[in-house]
Amino acid sequence: MSSFPEHLQYTVEHEWVDTRAGADAPATVGITSTAADALGDIVYVELPAVGEVIAAGAVIGEIESTKSVSELFSPVTGTVVEVNEAVVETPELVNSDPFGAGWLLKVEVTETGPVLTAEEYAAQVAG
Amino acid sequence: MSDVLSPLHDEHVALGAALTSFAGWQMPLRYTSDIAEHQAVRTAAGLFDLSHMGELEISGAGAAAALDHALVGDLTALALGRARYTMIVREDGGVLDDLVVYRLAEDRFLVVANASNVAVVRDALIERLAGFDATLHDASLTTALIAVQGPRAEEIVTSAAEPADVDPIRELKYYAAVNATVSGVPALVARTGYTGEDGFELFVPAEAAAELWRDLLAAGEPLGLVPAGLSARDSLRLEAGMPLYGNELDTTTTPYEAGLGRVVKLDKTGPDGEPLPFVGRAVLASRKGAQPARVLVGLRGLGKRAARHGYDVVMSTAPDSPVVGHVTSGAPSPTLGYPIALAYVTPEMCGEGRELAVDVRGRREPVVVVPVPFYRRPR
Repeated sequence: MSSFPEHLQYTVEHEWVDTRAGADAPATVGITSTAADALGDIVYVELPAVGEVIAAGAVIGEIESTKSVSELFSPVTGTVVEVNEAVVETPELVNSDPFGAGWLLKVEVTETGPVLTAEEYAAQVAG
Repeated sequence: MSDVLSPLHDEHVALGAALTSFAGWQMPLRYTSDIAEHQAVRTAAGLFDLSHMGELEISGAGAAAALDHALVGDLTALALGRARYTMIVREDGGVLDDLVVYRLAEDRFLVVANASNVAVVRDALIERLAGFDATLHDASLTTALIAVQGPRAEEIVTSAAEPADVDPIRELKYYAAVNATVSGVPALVARTGYTGEDGFELFVPAEAAAELWRDLLAAGEPLGLVPAGLSARDSLRLEAGMPLYGNELDTTTTPYEAGLGRVVKLDKTGPDGEPLPFVGRAVLASRKGAQPARVLVGLRGLGKRAARHGYDVVMSTAPDSPVVGHVTSGAPSPTLGYPIALAYVTPEMCGEGRELAVDVRGRREPVVVVPVPFYRRPR
């Protein structure tokens, strides 16, 4: 079974959320290594604009590889405060470092959607 | 029903391939990176397992005449050791499959069919061979097909070949084939492919495939050869403008609509010198020269988002502009760096340079009609 960073929370749609910065600080959102591997080489990432209000479970962007395209679902409700311009410029960062430099956006969270622990997510992926 | 495993399945697993179910076979989608595999074929070489393809051997004194009746091409005229791209159509002119046919002897041909269509092609050929002195043998499961494609392919294949076979392989013309021994394995070595690069396809007994695969990989690695999966194969063939059955070709499409009317030999003649009434001729003859209802074109995306199979082509980016066609294949082109697509559009829309749009998941992205192939290898 694959293992995933313990400090992150996960969604069934293969996003991750990092809320370690605390309740008052923005949460960081990305997609998992499982999602990135399934897509293949990512060539284009479309993200919401800074200032956009997003809802947990809603489609907020898309991630395109040579072979396919996948929608990006928001794991949280809140306001986008930053998008990772580096992945817009260099989408392969999502393949090479999905849990690090390949992060997608930072959100001021008002509400969190349903999330899984690393262990639960690993079990689902192994499913 | 579970998938058939390629004779090279264990090799793919050992190489860590991501496997996919394709036309009833478990085949490698990619080994590492789609784009790296694609670029390796454009700049050095890629090694492909194509064992899912169908191999049908037609033999007998009447084999050539039978194929002239069964297919749209003129196979009697095919020289020994040469190959031809052709099609098998229904009586109504709809394409059942696109094929490569090799003439192995005066009275023996190898028909290579797409994996998804092997049963259809086999059944149609058996029916059409009736009355001719010709028999069909389906060698699909006992034959492995390994392709070496890319500018370094000739060096790689010849380095693994018996010394006596090196020159015959080197001198092979495009769409020609020769029997040769490669890494000790008896192979039919053909200079054919589906990537837009120079390259070879090696038909070998299934039980010898793994040995040949490993030898070619070892011989090619210093020259930049990497194993390449179906994902790279698809993006390579799309850049080269080559049709894929199920996308650009199907039973509702005639060769003329697909821009492949050149494969239809309406004037091939029978032994009596009269035009041969091959299967599909009557309908195809009535279509030749007529304006088809739709035309296959190349589209270059002006934005970043790629059109994909099934998306609507519309007249402009205006929200109310009408649908004028549909995309059959599309992807971001790794070599060119922009999205490309093949699409059927109404004839009024097919002029090169015409600006159209594609509905990419609800948003209209501008595209322009461009010549096909999108990519041509430097010579």
